[in-house]
Amino acid sequence: MTTSDDLTQLTISNASRLLRLGSISAGDLVTAHVERIERLDPKVKAYLRFTPELWEKQADEADRRIREGDAPPLAGIPVAIKDVLCVRGVETTAGSQILRGFKPPYTATAVQRLFDLGAVMLGVTNCDEFAMGSSTENSSYFPTRNPWDLDRVPGGSSGGSAAAVAAGEAIFSLGTDTGGSIRQPAALCGVVGMKPTYGRVSRYGLIAFASSLDQIGPFARSVDDAAVVLSLMSGLDPLDATSSERPGMEVLNSHGRGVKGMRLGLPREYHEVAGIEPGVKARIDAALFVLQREGAEIVDVSLPHTDYGLAAYYIIAPAECSSNLARFDGVRYGLSDEDAPNITEEYMKTRRKGFGTEVRRRVMLGTYALSSGYYDAYYLKAQKVRTLIKRDFDEAFKKCDAIVSATSPTVAFPIGSKTQDPLSMYLCDVLTLGGNLAGLPGISVPCGTSEGLPVGLQVLAPQWGENVALRVARAYEEASETRVEIATPSPLQGSN
Amino acid sequence: MPLSRDEVRHVAMLARLGLEPGDEEFYAEQLSGILGHIDRLQQLDTSDIPPTAQVVEVASRLRDDEPRPSLTQQEALANAPAAVDGFFRVPAIQEEA
Repeated sequence: MTTSDDLTQLTISNASRLLRLGSISAGDLVTAHVERIERLDPKVKAYLRFTPELWEKQADEADRRIREGDAPPLAGIPVAIKDVLCVRGVETTAGSQILRGFKPPYTATAVQRLFDLGAVMLGVTNCDEFAMGSSTENSSYFPTRNPWDLDRVPGGSSGGSAAAVAAGEAIFSLGTDTGGSIRQPAALCGVVGMKPTYGRVSRYGLIAFASSLDQIGPFARSVDDAAVVLSLMSGLDPLDATSSERPGMEVLNSHGRGVKGMRLGLPREYHEVAGIEPGVKARIDAALFVLQREGAEIVDVSLPHTDYGLAAYYIIAPAECSSNLARFDGVRYGLSDEDAPNITEEYMKTRRKGFGTEVRRRVMLGTYALSSGYYDAYYLKAQKVRTLIKRDFDEAFKKCDAIVSATSPTVAFPIGSKTQDPLSMYLCDVLTLGGNLAGLPGISVPCGTSEGLPVGLQVLAPQWGENVALRVARAYEEASETRVEIATPSPLQGSN
Repeated sequence: MPLSRDEVRHVAMLARLGLEPGDEEFYAEQLSGILGHIDRLQQLDTSDIPPTAQVVEVASRLRDDEPRPSLTQQEALANAPAAVDGFFRVPAIQEEA
């Protein structure tokens, strides 16, 4: 490993210490990352675009503030941003052709807060089109590859953000989670990923997929890093009426206090879920043993409506998406079929051409579920089942402080193995989407490997209980001495 | 409940989504498959269950009604596929009289 590579393996806390000591500069960190990206990203394909103008300006500014002894918490730390978060003047496309060339006139609040605190943006990461998918194969540009095995998917939809952190191509990154799109790729790439409580982080400037489910969250190399980033971007934003007044710093309460005396619920419906790989289950059992050894009590809990979660989710999310995506009409931004003879034809041709297969499938499904005559049978029914699922969690949390399970029933799967059967792809999120339907915070933390590929332990907590989920994840990380391993794919690995 | 090709055409029109050759069969098959899974929701008795639309209890809150800078006309039109005289350009929506 070269010295330059050493700088791409750091956590935020380690990098900040070196920066403040003057051992390295923000410019050095950028240079080390750009060199590594040039070497590895042609294989991994985590990034869609790079932002050299931003990183030069932001690194200079960070170095100046560090020199002046006025360094904000993220001064000089390289970050990668998922292609659904608007950054002023930087092409942002949601992985879609319909937004090709779109340069937002404003920056998402979550991103702006990181910029204001000194973060240095390296580039825009790949994702499934409009965040719809679990493998990043639905990107209209190219699939991202798992740094642990280039023939496998990184998970999705925030696969580029997960792969960038896993491959040493960014110290941390942002993703979004509507049904598991942060936690599942974090698990498959062996990094930490957290979805906050609905309302914790402002969604202003996030290209909407399903507005009652979407949340922005971090990918990082340690639970501490994830906690710090989340605390810094949380809190009230007048530009998002669903953002909470709760102070972001509360997510750090009781951090590092261990799990002694805590009750951790293991839902049998999750632990025995159809299709869970024996190797994944074994890693989770081993993780529970570690937590027990640390003084936690593992209690059986039940989430009886788990079997209905996927069905409810695949009505609610597509219904909200069909409404949100109505704005892509070829008139105000993005792709336009200007040869159409009238405006209806223009809409129809633009949208047929600009949206990919999965997006069109969900727009059709959602429109159908909301259409006259079917609303009660599908959309209203799904919202009532959402109530039942939320009540399941409320009941379970009477018996435990947090819920633990696998994040994904499987390890990373081969590219192309699920693209022909949408339902098999949807099942990737069966252990994560309940957290979105109930608005809960959830974290995925690496807990070893199965067949040489990473496995993630998911910790779900009651609403606004990020501190509880983080406390359990941190205790596990510390006791198991699990460290995020930076994957360096061999240049010869992978089929193309 | 399988979707008919007539229903596919109706939904595509509602969604303003153009159909190309093969699309009707594709959606009819794929959506029927997904709806086949979703139909399990009907097994649950939800007659006394209220729907959940908003999962976190946040009081309806409006920001103060204070003027603040918004996009300029130039910024608003910067991403437009076609603009003319400060407007977004679209095909004619009315026939000439």
